[in-house]
Amino acid sequence: MKLEILGSGCKRCQQLAENTKSAVRALGLDAEVVKVEDMASIVGYGIMATPALVVDGQVRLSGRVATPEEIGRILRG
Amino acid sequence: MSLPVLDAPPAGTGAGAVPAGPELGTAGGAGRGSWRRPAVGLALAALAWLGLYVGIAPFARWLTQGLLGLDGHGHAGAAVQFFVFETPKVVLLLVGVVYVIGIIRTYFTPERTRAMLAGRRETVGNVLASVLGIVTPFCSCSAVPLFIGFVESGVPLGVTFSFLIAAPMINEVAVVLLFGLVGPAVTALYVGTGLTIAIVSGWVIGRLHLERHVESWVYSVKVGAAAPSVRLTFDDRMRAGAGAVREIVGKVWPYIVAGIAVGAWIHGYVPERALAGILGRGAWWAVPAAVAIGVPMYSNAAGIIPIVQALLGKGAALGSVLAFMMAVTALSFPEMVILRKVLRPPLLAAFVGIVAVGIILVGYLFNALL
Repeated sequence: MKLEILGSGCKRCQQLAENTKSAVRALGLDAEVVKVEDMASIVGYGIMATPALVVDGQVRLSGRVATPEEIGRILRG
Repeated sequence: MSLPVLDAPPAGTGAGAVPAGPELGTAGGAGRGSWRRPAVGLALAALAWLGLYVGIAPFARWLTQGLLGLDGHGHAGAAVQFFVFETPKVVLLLVGVVYVIGIIRTYFTPERTRAMLAGRRETVGNVLASVLGIVTPFCSCSAVPLFIGFVESGVPLGVTFSFLIAAPMINEVAVVLLFGLVGPAVTALYVGTGLTIAIVSGWVIGRLHLERHVESWVYSVKVGAAAPSVRLTFDDRMRAGAGAVREIVGKVWPYIVAGIAVGAWIHGYVPERALAGILGRGAWWAVPAAVAIGVPMYSNAAGIIPIVQALLGKGAALGSVLAFMMAVTALSFPEMVILRKVLRPPLLAAFVGIVAVGIILVGYLFNALL
């Protein structure tokens, strides 16, 4: 599973990255968490608000910081 | 009636408390029952909120005059009573409003706003964009993807600017603080003139045809298809509201407390009309000076409005004060730096200049009228 955190490096993006990592840990998933900060790639995903969470190439969350619990529910499907 | 519903609204403690899981699983047809429990919880929370709100004034009087034995009309008494009354009042107002706005905003995603604005004629588009700028969630850190998303999908440049001007200027923190500390009339003036500035400035930028000063990479970048919107249950929306409270109130409360403390000091110790000379309406340079001072104080509306309120009480002119607050919220250095990625200097300068002129005109207008 590949998880991408889209955002220009602001505080909220870091928070989302942290929450995602703890969700991954809590679920014991084998997932790679990558931060994407390049604006052209971010826009390429069609999102208009950062931070965003992309799971295996699909945007699942944008414009807000979700709690680890909520991210957990997203990751379980 | 069972009590557990009580833990529904302040869900800041995490998602675990509310058994939302099963409902989410059947999201599509979650059906009728799903709104009832949250509605009861919300009603109870609203009641508790109201009870607290009504209790603040007697509590402040009791604390100042009863417990501390201060005279409510003396210097120290007036300052302390102001502080212990205004601080909980404003924070409570902020929690309530940010929570409700946080829920409302889940209905207005940037994607939906873009779809409403794409291909709109100017004028109507400027008005609509400014109004949507108030309700659409916006953070200056995502100004660039938003700008590109708008421009690439055919939202005219001027309409895009109307949105970018209104969104930070008319934000919930500024509006709540103005309403709670200064009053409904000034809040209405602020929102009304703020909207006018956003509409007119965006329209002027559109008329100037500055599209060639948008960085060229904006037009060459390949924008992906809009992300599919995730279906939200009402529980999700309430959780978003609680998240907004945690994020926004958690960030601004120290500024509010500090601002009200300074305001309380001014309130108690600065003599009436002391500022009429320097900040009064007689001084022609007061308005541009207010704008010049306001620009570097970005994102600190929370700390500044309580001080502004106290200054108003000591003879500062309303026009100068309005101009100052608008400069604080609408024009900020970090946002200019972020927008520089997509705007060439002439367009950035036009944006800043036009908005600044608009704010100065509003300042003079109200200094002359009132």
